[in-house]
Amino acid sequence: MADKVAIIGVGYTPPRPLTPDVSYKEMTYEAAVKSYHDANLSSHKDIDGFVTCAEDLLEGTSIFDEYTPDQLGAVQKPMHTISGDALYGIATAYMKIKTGLMNIVVVEAHSKASNIKTLPHILNYAVDPILNRPLNLHPYYIAGLEMQSFLAQTKTTPEQCASVVVKNKKNALRNDLSCFGANLTLQEVLNSAQTFSPLTKLQTVDHVDGAIVFVLASEKTAKKLHKKPIWVKGCGWISDSPTLETRNWDECDYAKLSSKMAYKQAGIKNPRTQIDFFEVDDTFSYKELQHLEAIGVYKKGTAGEACLKGDLNPTGKTPVNVSGGSLGIGSLLEASGGFRILEIIKQLRGEAGVRQLKKNKTALALAWRGIPTASGACVILATK
Amino acid sequence: MGVKGKVAIVGAGLTKFVRRAQETPKELAFEAARAALDSAGMTLDDIDCVIHGTAPDAFDGLHMKGEYLLDGSGGWKKPYMRGYVGGGTGVFAPIQGWYQLSSGLFETALVVCEEKMSSCMPHPQGAFLTIFDNLTERPLKPNLLWIFALEMNRYMQTYGISVKDIAHVSVKNKNNALLHPAAQLGKEITLDEVLNSEVLAWPVHREMVSPTSDGACAVILATEKRAKKITNKPVWIKGVGWNLDSSYWTNRDLAYPQYVENAARMAYKMAGIKEPRKEINIVEPYDPFAYKELHHLEGLLLADRGKAPQLAIDGISLRTGNMPVCPSGGLLGVGNPIAAAGLMKICELFWQLRGEAGPRQVPGKPKTGLAQAWGDLMQVGTVCVVGI
Amino acid sequence: MEVKGTTISKQDIESGKVLFTKGDPNAHYTWDTGIGIGRYLEGLREGKIWGTYCKKCNRTVVPPRVFCELCFSPVIEWKQLKDTGIINTFSICYVNWDASRVETPHLPAVIEIDGASKGCGILHVLDEVNPKEIHVGMKVKAVWKRPEERTGSILDIQYFKPY
Repeated sequence: MADKVAIIGVGYTPPRPLTPDVSYKEMTYEAAVKSYHDANLSSHKDIDGFVTCAEDLLEGTSIFDEYTPDQLGAVQKPMHTISGDALYGIATAYMKIKTGLMNIVVVEAHSKASNIKTLPHILNYAVDPILNRPLNLHPYYIAGLEMQSFLAQTKTTPEQCASVVVKNKKNALRNDLSCFGANLTLQEVLNSAQTFSPLTKLQTVDHVDGAIVFVLASEKTAKKLHKKPIWVKGCGWISDSPTLETRNWDECDYAKLSSKMAYKQAGIKNPRTQIDFFEVDDTFSYKELQHLEAIGVYKKGTAGEACLKGDLNPTGKTPVNVSGGSLGIGSLLEASGGFRILEIIKQLRGEAGVRQLKKNKTALALAWRGIPTASGACVILATK
Repeated sequence: MGVKGKVAIVGAGLTKFVRRAQETPKELAFEAARAALDSAGMTLDDIDCVIHGTAPDAFDGLHMKGEYLLDGSGGWKKPYMRGYVGGGTGVFAPIQGWYQLSSGLFETALVVCEEKMSSCMPHPQGAFLTIFDNLTERPLKPNLLWIFALEMNRYMQTYGISVKDIAHVSVKNKNNALLHPAAQLGKEITLDEVLNSEVLAWPVHREMVSPTSDGACAVILATEKRAKKITNKPVWIKGVGWNLDSSYWTNRDLAYPQYVENAARMAYKMAGIKEPRKEINIVEPYDPFAYKELHHLEGLLLADRGKAPQLAIDGISLRTGNMPVCPSGGLLGVGNPIAAAGLMKICELFWQLRGEAGPRQVPGKPKTGLAQAWGDLMQVGTVCVVGI
Repeated sequence: MEVKGTTISKQDIESGKVLFTKGDPNAHYTWDTGIGIGRYLEGLREGKIWGTYCKKCNRTVVPPRVFCELCFSPVIEWKQLKDTGIINTFSICYVNWDASRVETPHLPAVIEIDGASKGCGILHVLDEVNPKEIHVGMKVKAVWKRPEERTGSILDIQYFKPY
């Protein structure tokens, strides 16, 4: 293995439900300029490689890769797109620097979800075109199926799932980047409109716009440029079957195996004691609990109780989604994982303000690629 | 900085390239992956990670096409990632495989590229209508042929090149493809037949355009330690390069692909190649249109600017010439299932350098080859130098 | 070498010999134009072509942008360009995107707009010209829609013609 790799810069635009004043290029440019400043880069010309995380149909442009370089200062530079969440981009930059070929690599992801007028239809376009698509259902039914299976198998209760929403929206009240902070009761969450039963409306994310840009660097460069480099200790990404009929609904293998891969690199044997806090995907309420159990922080069927008891609160034993998560901040499509990394960077640098956690040495971010996939990525970051 | 881990290609396989395949996209990906694994005497259990390459989602009619294709590509419960640079993807995918292995994270990789263009009805070109700028260009209803015709014309005007000069490339590649077992459009064709073919978008003639195709292609990569156990004839990835130019294509010099030169220089530097014209024995540049082979040879510094047509005219780029170019038959002859077509070029080099290209074998025991792909809005170059 | 893959024909599908499913994507978007392109489109509605000038690079570009992609600076100046230009390259296109023949050839061109830096053009179409007479370097002028018909779109210029 080659040198260590660190994140030395982050820049972003505050997520908002609508951003009619700027184009995606202008939004990303703002994030890039801030990121390069944060990384103390003397010029964008010092950057060796660039990665964008995007999907064509979320942009409304075929071969969206075409429109990625200008707003990053990447004209005539090694640049490409990864079809995946920002965490896949972080993993990509990590590997490139480890080869020794590149010293500084930039990762970008953004969301212009407000520009997509038919998002459920587009998601339905991701299910099997021969076997599933003709059913013509709103694809969130897949989350309903999975939640039902999760509740039955782990004996988790709907109240426990609702407590995730209460916690994350409350956490979001203390995050000035969040769009959906709220003081809610369990009953309000459970009594909100039935959507894809057992899911209710408040247990599902809303989408927002925003852009985020990271600068990663090799050990030597990182130490030279930044006082508080945040080290990438491990990266993992795994896909379970895309086929709904053969997927293992009882296990969340993408989370389990991708975290295992990252733990191995980071030398983590007991995540609950060795990792201080977690930022895991919570696109739907139950997903946070399912993910925590899959990554080995809680045993099967115990995460829900822990959440209800307050163990996952910022003041609890295992703080989860102090940022407010996607339920609190809003989902940023492929940039969602990026905003989890942002929270970790702020916490590890000691720059999280009112949300600052005392135990802030090592943290884990987990992203899920969303309906209808069983794919996800995991990144572990640390101050040392 | 210096590159650390060495990576080799140890297996390759592909499907037939056809206008319309009965196989689903997943089945095409499977057949190619299976063939590549078989060629290396490996099973999926021997594979640490899977890299997938495929061009616009719109062809197959799928959102998150990479996710849909992952089980067909052998990605189930594995680290699976899809990289994307439009038409340049086919040569980018092995580059992605290279950095994933060279990083030290993995020892083996399965790289699969697939395209099923026929799903897009009534014509696959429909998928290209949405590649143009959504605000300033799409209202003009541009089709894909426009931009290639515009670029080809600019290239011809800048250097005083004729359509006839360029037509030699079609003759060479389509004839070369006659001997390729996967080829869709191999044929004996004369210069006059190319020149007399229908004008689609002047100066582009029908026989100067690659077809739309269905097909898949796969290679197996391994680190030095593993490669030597798998085969006694590894083909090493010696240099990689990729480069993306501005999306403002109407503000750029269309006569010369500077981004291809940048990618080539990056690959040559890593491979330690100082005199590419002497050191590269076989070239597989991207040839979706006849002029692109020439454009790219110049960008790759294998011909002087405006002088590449002479290579085909003089027979230097024939399979038996001093610098064989597209001995596979290229996209013009073998076919163009976008990402799979780029990776087909890597397969060709693998077989040629191992002396396994059968009737297509380039004489003289070639040692070093170069494959290149290109895409987006005439803006990306991907280059891979391989050798034994 | 054995190579797999099964060819079928369009007739195999149409005759029902090979089964298929059909689907049209319901994919709709309303793209935010942002500051740069927003002002460009507003200008077109007023019959003007706006470009932007980067002092550092000494370069005037069109379509305009609020940052220079080369030096990465946000310091740009808005500059009204002429509605004339010269042809950088062109094509005479005889087919539609679905490969069917067109009755009157389409005439796309990259037009370097007067007032922009050399080599900086836009994509548009030509008309009122004999295709045989089009050449690189030809001087052309925008033919605008009537003011009341303009909507703030690249189509507010109907086409370019020689002058």
